[in-house]
Amino acid sequence: MAFTAFAGDTKTVDQAPKKRGWIVLILLAPGIAYMLLFFVAPFIQLAITSLQAPAESGGIGQYVGAFEFSNYWLALQEYWPQLLRSFVYAIVATIVGLAISYPLAYLIGVKVRSKPMLQGILLILVVAPFFISFLLRTLAWKSILPSDLIGTHFSVIFGLIYNFIPFMVLPMFASLQALDLRLLEAGSDLYASPVTTFRRITLPLSIPGIVSGTLLSFIPMSGDYVNASREFLGGTSTTMIGNVIESNFLQTQNYPMAAVLSIILMAIILVIVATYVRKSGAEDLL
Amino acid sequence: MKKFSLGKAFVPVVGAVALIYLLVPIVHVIVFSFNDAGRNNILWRGFTLRNWQNPCGAPQVCTAFGNSILIGVVATVIATVLGTMIAIALVRYRFKFRSTVSLLLFTPMATPEVVLGAGLAAQFLLAGVEKGIGTIILAHTMFCISYVVVAVKARVASLDPAIEEAGRDLYAGPGQVFWRITLPMLMPGIIGAALLSFALSFDDFIITNFNSGTATTFPKFIYVSALKGVPAQANVLASIVFVGALLLVIIVQVVRINNQKRLAAR
Repeated sequence: MAFTAFAGDTKTVDQAPKKRGWIVLILLAPGIAYMLLFFVAPFIQLAITSLQAPAESGGIGQYVGAFEFSNYWLALQEYWPQLLRSFVYAIVATIVGLAISYPLAYLIGVKVRSKPMLQGILLILVVAPFFISFLLRTLAWKSILPSDLIGTHFSVIFGLIYNFIPFMVLPMFASLQALDLRLLEAGSDLYASPVTTFRRITLPLSIPGIVSGTLLSFIPMSGDYVNASREFLGGTSTTMIGNVIESNFLQTQNYPMAAVLSIILMAIILVIVATYVRKSGAEDLL
Repeated sequence: MKKFSLGKAFVPVVGAVALIYLLVPIVHVIVFSFNDAGRNNILWRGFTLRNWQNPCGAPQVCTAFGNSILIGVVATVIATVLGTMIAIALVRYRFKFRSTVSLLLFTPMATPEVVLGAGLAAQFLLAGVEKGIGTIILAHTMFCISYVVVAVKARVASLDPAIEEAGRDLYAGPGQVFWRITLPMLMPGIIGAALLSFALSFDDFIITNFNSGTATTFPKFIYVSALKGVPAQANVLASIVFVGALLLVIIVQVVRINNQKRLAAR
């Protein structure tokens, strides 16, 4: 699994898996039942809700059972700009975030590896933002950035990058920390330039970290609605699909529309992630 | 060694810039906890200790904060127990739907929060469950289980089964082996997972917003008051959490580095 890289550099001991039916059942049953009840069932519920028709009465939050597949077409017609914008924002923020995060991960995982104290301090600084509410941190940017920048594409993407840098740095750090420095030495012994050594050795070996880091940030970014909302870094022209889902669900209570958009968002993410994982040659990570 | 550094100045410079980018808002939040401003804590109006003397001074802020702690603790306890059980089963045993179970636990982490939130809210709506602190706990436990499984799995996978075998050789029963050997050795992983789980629950806004009804959590309080202005007391409470968590992590790191040094010295 790609996300196991998040957990760090623990080494695996070979443990022959045992077969003992009833113990497995006891260990798994409560947790799996929980996930079926509060993860799988809601997903199915979302799919069912996405096909409902609004009630004749026209009351808020009322709908009747139906199989309105046209809901999907209507949703795409009405909200394609917000959908497109979400993915453009998320892709730009992921690329810029990668350009900022990789050198930081390289600094911590390779350059200061011989100094454990400094490495520890830098790691703490990377996770420090997790300890303070991300809403307050985002509001802080609103008051730091010049006010004519607020509400622009720039400020929203700026906020997205900011919020997800630690999610990128940590898996990349785990990959680079596991990199055997003797390989780099061998590269330079064979007269490879630093650039060639980086391109042929360091980069390929850190692909797992890059893939999990970019996924860990790209997926939540594309569904985020805090940065793009008007109370934070967004404006009227920066609405992302998360904002639309939120307002349809919680404000206008158009549940079928919110459900359709959620399913579409998830489907597009699945396609992008599958393509990306295949292109990066990291299939066995999943 | 110097030869293969990725551009001598490039890496440290970009790294430093990235760290400043990460830390500037934190400094801002802490500095503005000392701001002599009422509700509208956006412009600097002078230094005061008033907010720190009375952190609950703003209406609702401490109720929301207390709710977040309650939700975080309950969700963490449930998620840690269930997640640890699953992690042990996944690493230690071979069974029929192992990859399906892995996928079931991995997918929530790969689903945007807005989709998880809307799905659960749709489910509660259909079931006629009134949203409140209870539904927030149910929702948080769900996504925390996934992270606990990932974190504990790594720890289980690094355990040497020979130690448990030695226990069995010394006539310990299966229960004794588990409570006296396996569980204590898994503890660092379990504690790490629990801290991660609490942090995720405490700071969650999106899923909470869909499933909270009229109940308020600390992030929801900040979101709702963002428009009118967040009171400086919110900065005080956030700063207290920040300093506490930072101290905890520093202690853990120092212990870890000392252990490494001791091992290396042997």
